[in-house]
Amino acid sequence: MRSFLPLIAGLLMAPSALCQDDLLNLLGEEETGPEYTNASFKTTRVINGHSLENTAHGVLDFKIGHRFGPANGGAAQAYGLDGATVRIGLDYGVTDRLMVGIGRSSYQKTVDGFAKYKLLRQCDAGCSMPITLAVVASSSMTTLPADEVPWYGADRTDYFSHRLSYAWTLIVGRKISENVSLQLNPGVVHRNLVASTADPNDVVHVSGAGRVKLSKRVAFNVEYFYVLRDQLPDNFRNSLSVGLDIETGGHVFQLHFTNSSGMFERAFITETTGDWANAFSAPSKGGGFQFGFNISRVFTLHEPKRPKG
Amino acid sequence: MKRHTIILFAALALPWAASAQDRYMTRTGHIEFHSSTPMEDIHAENDKVTSVWDATTGNVEFAVLIKAFSFEKALMQEHFNENYMESNKLPKASFKGTIKGVSAEQLTKPGSYPVEVSGTITIHGVDRPMTTKGTVTVDAKGAITATSEFAVKPGDHDIKIPGAVKKNIAEEIAVKVRLDYSKM
Repeated sequence: MRSFLPLIAGLLMAPSALCQDDLLNLLGEEETGPEYTNASFKTTRVINGHSLENTAHGVLDFKIGHRFGPANGGAAQAYGLDGATVRIGLDYGVTDRLMVGIGRSSYQKTVDGFAKYKLLRQCDAGCSMPITLAVVASSSMTTLPADEVPWYGADRTDYFSHRLSYAWTLIVGRKISENVSLQLNPGVVHRNLVASTADPNDVVHVSGAGRVKLSKRVAFNVEYFYVLRDQLPDNFRNSLSVGLDIETGGHVFQLHFTNSSGMFERAFITETTGDWANAFSAPSKGGGFQFGFNISRVFTLHEPKRPKG
Repeated sequence: MKRHTIILFAALALPWAASAQDRYMTRTGHIEFHSSTPMEDIHAENDKVTSVWDATTGNVEFAVLIKAFSFEKALMQEHFNENYMESNKLPKASFKGTIKGVSAEQLTKPGSYPVEVSGTITIHGVDRPMTTKGTVTVDAKGAITATSEFAVKPGDHDIKIPGAVKKNIAEEIAVKVRLDYSKM
């Protein structure tokens, strides 16, 4: 009998408590479907490389990327503002997990295309996935005249395949808190043709990126591509970029400093010539870093039918 | 001994049975809002409103899951959650108050009743007193539907709208609610 007493006391109290307050508690916990983490990064690129974000299903993202010349060019070069390389691209969300994109860069007059698929999605509620895992497969093709392709020697035959390169990237990332997101993005760049037999066709890199939100609409980004040793000639550097994302409704403006001029994988991973160590030295020692920006503007082309209720 | 316990439990269970009699609930209530400006129309819908209404006392409660609002544009939805409503921190909006103008008895007969709803609305963690009009309809089959329309000002709930998009978001957002209640 004694063991019943607390139970009875509890039962006595329960109805009176319910009458007063919290009618909704009568319904108990509501079930929610899987709720995927969103807004880990402001846009689908951190700076040059891909972030773990995709454009949403049915959304077209028009991207303009611009890199000025080396900032150590001095006043004569307007601190780099006279130079320019540009990439214009279109990305589209085929589903919430699959996005595809194409682009055209002035750097080596290159056309590139990619597909990015989210294998796993970090989850806030309804499932327990702690990370987002995505794969990006991309390819690029230079359209330069044969005598200008940098990796063509005098005796090279200009096969179409000699102009191509591929890149595969694995993105493992997590939105650690409302303000901090981190990702590791190792990968390999395959160049169908390289300048000399000393250069490997496949270049492996282990890279990472992160962002810290400074306010609701401004975030600070860092991105570093570490190419494993002894794969590239001495004059090439690892790509390091820092920048700000500024979001205003349908646009995201990304302003940054980077030592890379190209905006597709082969260019910024295997052909970065700027050296942060030269940031403030004379231009004759080589380029340091440059100022650049990306602008993203989204258009909703197709409104997917989202499940209701 | 055993019999005593059973009687005791039965007696204890009585208030439960009595108080549960005139309670109505829904988990699939509909809420939509509309912001209209010359620059842009913004519309979002949500079919996951939960509500419990005790017709005897007139007390009513609503809870709305912010993340369940669906927009035409995915980016709007992301910004709504991330920048304006901060739904990771404040996942729900709620209302707690009373419905006056219809009795528990009337709810058992077909008819349409104008009601007054008053209480406290909580959006973005900020409480505001609210009074609005609504309609409760009981159809021939006994199904109960409650509808109401009212306006909410983002400024009242500490939802800051930056200058760049001030012209795109209305100062007063029109809200429509429609709930099909079933007996608990």
